[in-house]
Amino acid sequence: MSLSFHIARVGTLIAGFVFLYAPIVILAGMSFNASRLVSVWGGFSTKWYAALFDNELLIASAKISLAAALLSATIATFLGLLAAVALARFGAFRSRMLFFGAIHAPLVLPEVVLGLALLSCFVALGIGRGFATLVIGHVTLTMCFTTVALLAALRGCDPALEEAAMDLGATPVQAFALVALPQIAPAMASAFLLAFTLSLDDLVIASFATGPGATTLPMRIYSQVRLGVSPQINAISTLLLGLVALALGGSALAMQAGKRRGL
Amino acid sequence: MIERRLSLGERLTLAIPYLWIAAFFLAPMLLIAKISVSQSVLARPPYEPRFHWRDSLSELWSKAQTLTLDNYRALVGDSLYFDAYVSSLWIAAVATLATLFVAYPFALAMARSPRRWRPFLIGVAAAPFWTSFLIRVYAWIALLKDEGVINNALIALDLISAPIEMFATTGAVIVGIVYSYLPFMLLPIYAALEGQDPSLREAAADLGASPAEIFLRVTLPLSRDGVIAGALLVFIPAVGEFVIPDLLGGSDTLMIGRTLWNDFFANHDWPAASAAAIALVSILLAPLLLWERARLREEEGRR
Repeated sequence: MSLSFHIARVGTLIAGFVFLYAPIVILAGMSFNASRLVSVWGGFSTKWYAALFDNELLIASAKISLAAALLSATIATFLGLLAAVALARFGAFRSRMLFFGAIHAPLVLPEVVLGLALLSCFVALGIGRGFATLVIGHVTLTMCFTTVALLAALRGCDPALEEAAMDLGATPVQAFALVALPQIAPAMASAFLLAFTLSLDDLVIASFATGPGATTLPMRIYSQVRLGVSPQINAISTLLLGLVALALGGSALAMQAGKRRGL
Repeated sequence: MIERRLSLGERLTLAIPYLWIAAFFLAPMLLIAKISVSQSVLARPPYEPRFHWRDSLSELWSKAQTLTLDNYRALVGDSLYFDAYVSSLWIAAVATLATLFVAYPFALAMARSPRRWRPFLIGVAAAPFWTSFLIRVYAWIALLKDEGVINNALIALDLISAPIEMFATTGAVIVGIVYSYLPFMLLPIYAALEGQDPSLREAAADLGASPAEIFLRVTLPLSRDGVIAGALLVFIPAVGEFVIPDLLGGSDTLMIGRTLWNDFFANHDWPAASAAAIALVSILLAPLLLWERARLREEEGRR
């Protein structure tokens, strides 16, 4: 390949990564700005982080968001696993198309529509909104993603191994738990992580599904963001970005370790 | 297709996710369809149901004949909703095209990088997808504002004397969509380009094609599926987008997600919002189903 080709390639890569990362880097930089204004650099300061830890409302919302994300990701991974097993292993069963369609629909549906539907349903049934309805909303939103991820993993493992286990006397449940599950464990972890981040990030479904007692972090951030750029929001955003970076790095290391063990 | 009967264990496995999806997705969607033919009232819930679960079949039939499709008619008649649809589709289309123009060269540069670098490059390019969507959109406010980073830099470089108005415009919404949805376009195109056989390009070069001809007649046509998949993944969520137009758009940026939200929360007109939601879903799903059917037909034709 010619030299000009390489220059064009590297230049394109640099431009692409600058576009992707510049806003995030500027945001993180501003969280250490002593000045309240975007345009003025008032020196390095961590006072916005200190203010953050004094902000009880924000901390309470962060706890609710974390609890909802943990719980809904767990339920969504479990439901996604069952749905993926049904779609990967049960062959053609009656109402498979309806099941398949309903599982995948939230992938293409605008979140506003799903939120609208859930809220109307809760109101019509007279269910008071709060933490439980928030988790229901997030599970419904995220289980399509976990199903897709686990379905791909299940299709990748050889059913002959499970059949061999059953020939040797294992029950179908034993064969699945002892043979297939360890093979798709990395996919389970990434499906859980995906559902966790989606739930932690979600604003629209939460706004429809939750009640006054359970305001999530994105809802709190959103209501402050509408009033303009604020250094405290920059600080909490930077913390969240750091958290995601750690989780990503951790999962990459876990996957490498898994590869080395031959999983 | 031969449908087989499931064993008891299989039925139990299927029943758990099925019941969840039926209770919290299918039933709510049916309810939305039901509300969309109801009348708006000042009460809680703010609609008067047309149908009741206790209705007998004959009652249902007589009611069905006097069904009010007013909420749907209002969608076409009411210029607000109609304009919001047209402008959502238009903004999403322009943004999808812009995303394609940003993503294609980026994906090509990654796919043509040395093999051992590719997993790292694609990982770094996809990482922002995992960070908060809300925060990534919010980051653009600080860039686009009148006293924001971009305007300050341009003024400091003496390129402009007064700030350019970028924030709270439709252009800002398009930039926000391109930025937020870039990975959705990037990954399928990269996958399509990465899977191409290099010997096809070498053969074209041997037969005398210029680099531009190779790109237009070999590389681009072979990446068609990736481009279509990426375009759908960007266009469909962009049409119903709420956060980006709300944070980056001005008061004149009309998008259906925002209009729905306002009608539901601010105006409490649930029937109108439901009708608009049903119409939106039909508009979005129809091309998807047509595309899927065309794909199946093509597969059959090949056999």
